[in-house]
Amino acid sequence: MPESTLMGEHRQEQLHPELLHHFADPEQQRNSASLGMWVFLGTEIMFFGGMFCAYLIYRHWYFGDFGAASKSIDATLGATNTAVLICSSLTVVLAVWAAQTARRALLISMLVVTMLFGLAFLGIKGKEYYDKFEEHHVPGASFSFNNVPIPSHPGEYANPRHAQIFFSLYFMMTGIHALHMIIGLGIFSCLLYMACKGHFTPEYHTPVEIGGLYWHFVDIIWIYLFPLLYLIDRHP
Amino acid sequence: MAESAASGHSKSSPLKLYFGVWATLLVLTFVTYRVAYLELGPFNSVVALVIASIKATLVALFFMHVWHASEKLTKLVIVAALFFLLLLLGLTMADYATRTWS
Amino acid sequence: MGMPTVVPQQRFERETYLNKEYGIWSWLLTTDHKRIALLYLISITFFFFIGGFFALLIRLELLTPAGDLVQADTYNKLFTQHGMVMVFFFLIPSIPATLGNFLVPMMVGAKDLAFPRINLLSWYLYIIGGIIMLHCMLTGGVDTGWTFYVPFSSNFTNTKFVEAGIAIFIAGFSSILTGLNFVVTIHRMRAPGMTWSRLPLFIWAHYATSIIQLLGTPVVAITIVLVACERALHLGIFDPKLGGDPVLFQHLFWFYSHPAVYIMILPAMGVVTEIIPCFSRKRIFGYQFVALSSIAIAVFGFLVWAHHMFVAGISVYSALVFSFLSYAVALPSAIKVFNWTATLYKGSIRYDAPMLYAFGFLGLFTIGGLSGLFLAALGINVHVTDTYFVVAHFHYIMVGGAVMGYLGGMHFWWPKISGKLYPEGWARLAALIVFIGFNLTFFPQFVLGYLGMPRRYYDYSHMPEFQVLNVLSTAGATVLGVGYLLPMVYFLWSMRYGKPASDNPWNAAGLEWKTASPPPTFNFDEEPVVTWEAYNYDELDAPPQAQEVTVA
Ligand code: HEM
Ligand SMILES: [Cu+2]
Repeated sequence: MPESTLMGEHRQEQLHPELLHHFADPEQQRNSASLGMWVFLGTEIMFFGGMFCAYLIYRHWYFGDFGAASKSIDATLGATNTAVLICSSLTVVLAVWAAQTARRALLISMLVVTMLFGLAFLGIKGKEYYDKFEEHHVPGASFSFNNVPIPSHPGEYANPRHAQIFFSLYFMMTGIHALHMIIGLGIFSCLLYMACKGHFTPEYHTPVEIGGLYWHFVDIIWIYLFPLLYLIDRHP
Repeated sequence: MAESAASGHSKSSPLKLYFGVWATLLVLTFVTYRVAYLELGPFNSVVALVIASIKATLVALFFMHVWHASEKLTKLVIVAALFFLLLLLGLTMADYATRTWS
Repeated sequence: MGMPTVVPQQRFERETYLNKEYGIWSWLLTTDHKRIALLYLISITFFFFIGGFFALLIRLELLTPAGDLVQADTYNKLFTQHGMVMVFFFLIPSIPATLGNFLVPMMVGAKDLAFPRINLLSWYLYIIGGIIMLHCMLTGGVDTGWTFYVPFSSNFTNTKFVEAGIAIFIAGFSSILTGLNFVVTIHRMRAPGMTWSRLPLFIWAHYATSIIQLLGTPVVAITIVLVACERALHLGIFDPKLGGDPVLFQHLFWFYSHPAVYIMILPAMGVVTEIIPCFSRKRIFGYQFVALSSIAIAVFGFLVWAHHMFVAGISVYSALVFSFLSYAVALPSAIKVFNWTATLYKGSIRYDAPMLYAFGFLGLFTIGGLSGLFLAALGINVHVTDTYFVVAHFHYIMVGGAVMGYLGGMHFWWPKISGKLYPEGWARLAALIVFIGFNLTFFPQFVLGYLGMPRRYYDYSHMPEFQVLNVLSTAGATVLGVGYLLPMVYFLWSMRYGKPASDNPWNAAGLEWKTASPPPTFNFDEEPVVTWEAYNYDELDAPPQAQEVTVA
C-alpha cells in the first residue's frame, strides 16, 4: 500500500492497516471495491454479449447447420466441465466463508482446490480442442465438415461453410472464456499468496470476496455456453 | 433453505445453503444434459436455456450473495447490464427478423 | 473551521499537489487524480496535434480537385489515422480523463477517486495503446476508415489493421476503467451532505458518460477481437464467403459507436452547464431536467445505432423504428439547450473566455444536432449519406461541440489546475479565431455534401465546381489550427509568467472552488460538509464575500 503512509487519519490507520488513505472508513472501502467489481462484471456481460448476439443471429439463420456442428462436439466433456466449474464455485464460496470466519487453513485449502478445478477445466478444454483439431474442425484452410447430416432432417447435410461459422464462434466463445479462467487463476494465485501471508481477517477479506465474484461470473458464462454450444439438437 | 445470512454478520452457518445450492446445480446440469437427448422439437432450446437461467440465478443469488448480503445498487447494476444486453440482442434480432417481410 | 480566504502573496509557500514532490517518478508513479489528469492532458494534447497533422494533409490534398499531393491509398490512410487518433485517442478521453479526472473527486468532496491505482493503470493502458497506434502509423498505417468495416478490414486490406485494432482495444480498456472509477466514486465517495440533487451537473454528465463507457465499450472491444481473429486466424464470423453477414459487424460496431458520440459530447455538456450559470450569475434553470436528460441521453443513445446503417441493407421496418428513435434521442439534448438558454435569460452575463466558448458550443452543437435530425430522416439520409454533409454534421458536434466545451472547461478551471491566470485578452481572441475558423472549415462542407460531394475521395477532378468550397474549407482549417495553437502557447506561458490565481477567481459555486488554487494533495484541508444547493449564485452574490464561510 504505497500511498497509505502519505497522510490521513493516523488513528484509523493503526486500527485498520489495510485502509487506504482516501477512504473515510473500512466500510466505505469495502463497499467501493465490491461495487467496482459488480460494475466490472456488468461490462463483462456486454463483452460476451457481442458474441452471444452473433451466435443468436447465425443460429437463427443456419439452424440446422449449427445443430449438426454442435453435435460433433463431445457433450460429455462439456457436461463434465460444467460440473467441474460448479464444484469450483462451491469451493470459492467456502473460501469466502473461511475468510469471514477466520479459518485460515480452510481458506488456503479451498483456494488451492479451486485452482485445481480451474486447471482441470482447462485440461478438459484442451482435450476438446485437440479432438476438434484432429477432426479438421478448426476454421481455416484445412477445415472440413463434409457429409454431416442435419439432425432431425433426414437426407440433408450441413453446409460446411455455415458450420465453419459455428466453429469460429465456438472457438471464440470458449477461447475467451478460457482466457477468463486463466486470468481467474492468476487472481487466485495472488489471493493464495496473500492468504498464506496472513493478510486476511474477518474484518478485511475484500479481495477474496471480489475475486470470488469474478470466478462465479466466469462460471455463469459457462453455464450459458454449455447448452448453447453443446446441447442444441443433441436428440436423434 | 434460505435460513441464514451469508454475509458473515449472522451467527448461523450458511454451509447448508451452499451445499444445497451446489447439489441443485449439479442435478440441474445432469437434467439438462439428459433432456437434450429427448426429442422435444423447438422446446429443446427453451428447456436448455431455462435451466441455464435457473442455474445462473442460483449462482448469482446465493454464491455471489445477491440475495442476502447485497444492497439495491448491486441489483440495479445487474439489471441494467442485462437490460442493455437485451437491447443489443433484441434490436439486432428485430432487424434480422423483419428483413424478409415485405 | 471554514475555508480561509487566503491572501495570494503567502501562497507560494503552501504545499500543493504540484509542489509536493518533484521528479519524473513522482509523476509517473503518482496515484493523485490531479496529477494523472495532467498526465492525460499532456498525452491527449500530443495526440490532438498528431490527428491535426493528418487533418492538415487531408485539407491540403483537397485544395485542388486533382489528386496531386498524395496517392489514393495514402489518402485513405490519412483519413483513417485522423479518425482513429481523434476519436479513440483524443475525444473519448478528452474531457473525462483530464477535467473529469481532476474535478470529479473535488466536486463530490472526496480526497481522490475510489481506485487511484486503477486510475493510473488506465493512463498506462492509454499510453500503451497510443504507442502501438504510433508504431502502426509509423510502419505503414491503416486504410480502413475509423469504422473499419468488414469484409475490407478482415479480408482485404493489406495494411496493419490488427495492430490498430489492438491499440484501440487497449485504449478502450483505459476508457472503461475511467468510467468505472467515476461511477464508484460518485456513488461511494460523496462528502457528507452532498446528496444526488446537490451534485454539480458536471457530475451527472460524467455519470451518464461512464454508463456508456461501461456498457458500450466492451461491445466494440469484442467486435475488434472478432475482426482481428478473423483476419489473423482465419476464423469466419462476418465473412460473406462463408455466409457471414457484414451488416452484423455494423450492428455491433454502431451499438458502441453511436453511444460513443455521447461519450464525447456529454462531458462537454457538463462543462457548459458549469460555465453558463457562473457567467450569468444565476441558478441553472431546471436542475432536475438537465440532470435527468443526461441519463436519458445515455439510455436513449443505445437505441438509435442503426441510423448509421440505413443504406446498408437492414430491414425497412427496422430502419423506420430507428429513424423514429433517433428523433426521440434529440429530445433530451433539446431540453438541455432550452435550459441553458433559459439560464441566460435575464442573467448578468460576463463575456469571459470560458463563456465565449460556451456560447460557441451552444450554437455549433445546435447546428450539429439539427443536422443529425436531417440525417436521421430516411428520405434525406439516402441522398446525403456518405457525403460531406455527414462529415460536416459530426464535426459540428465533435469539434464545434465537444472541443469547444473542452477548451471552455480548460479556461474555466485553468486557474484551479495551475494556480495561475491565463491572459484573458489572448484567450478571447483565441475563442473568436476558433469559432470563425471552425465555421469557415465546416460550413462549406454542409453545402458540398448537399451538392453531392462524397466523403473519403481524394480526387474530385470530375467535379471541379466543388473547388471553391473546398478552398474555403482548407483556409478555415488553417485559421482553426492557429486558434488551437494559441491556447496551448499561452497556457504554457501562464504557468511561468501568469498572475497567481485566487482560490475562486470567477466567484463560482462548487466545492472545487472552496479549496486552494492549486489544491493540496488531498484536495481539502478539512473534509467539506455540504449544506447548500448547487449553483447557489443568488446566495453567493447576495452577502459580501468575506462572510461566505459555510464549509464544515
Ligand atoms: C441529435 C442527435 C443526433 C442524431 C439524430 C444524429 C444522426 C446521425 C445520423 C443519422 C448519422 C448517419 C449519417 C450517415 O452516415 O448517413 C450520423 C452520423 C454521425 N454522427 Fe450523428 N447524430 C446525432 C448526434 C451526434 C452527436 C452528439 C455526435 C458526436 C458527438 C454525432 C456524431 C456522428 C458521427 C461521428 C457520425 C458519422 C459516422 C461515420 O459514418 O463515420 N452525432 N448522425
Ligand atoms: Cu449515430
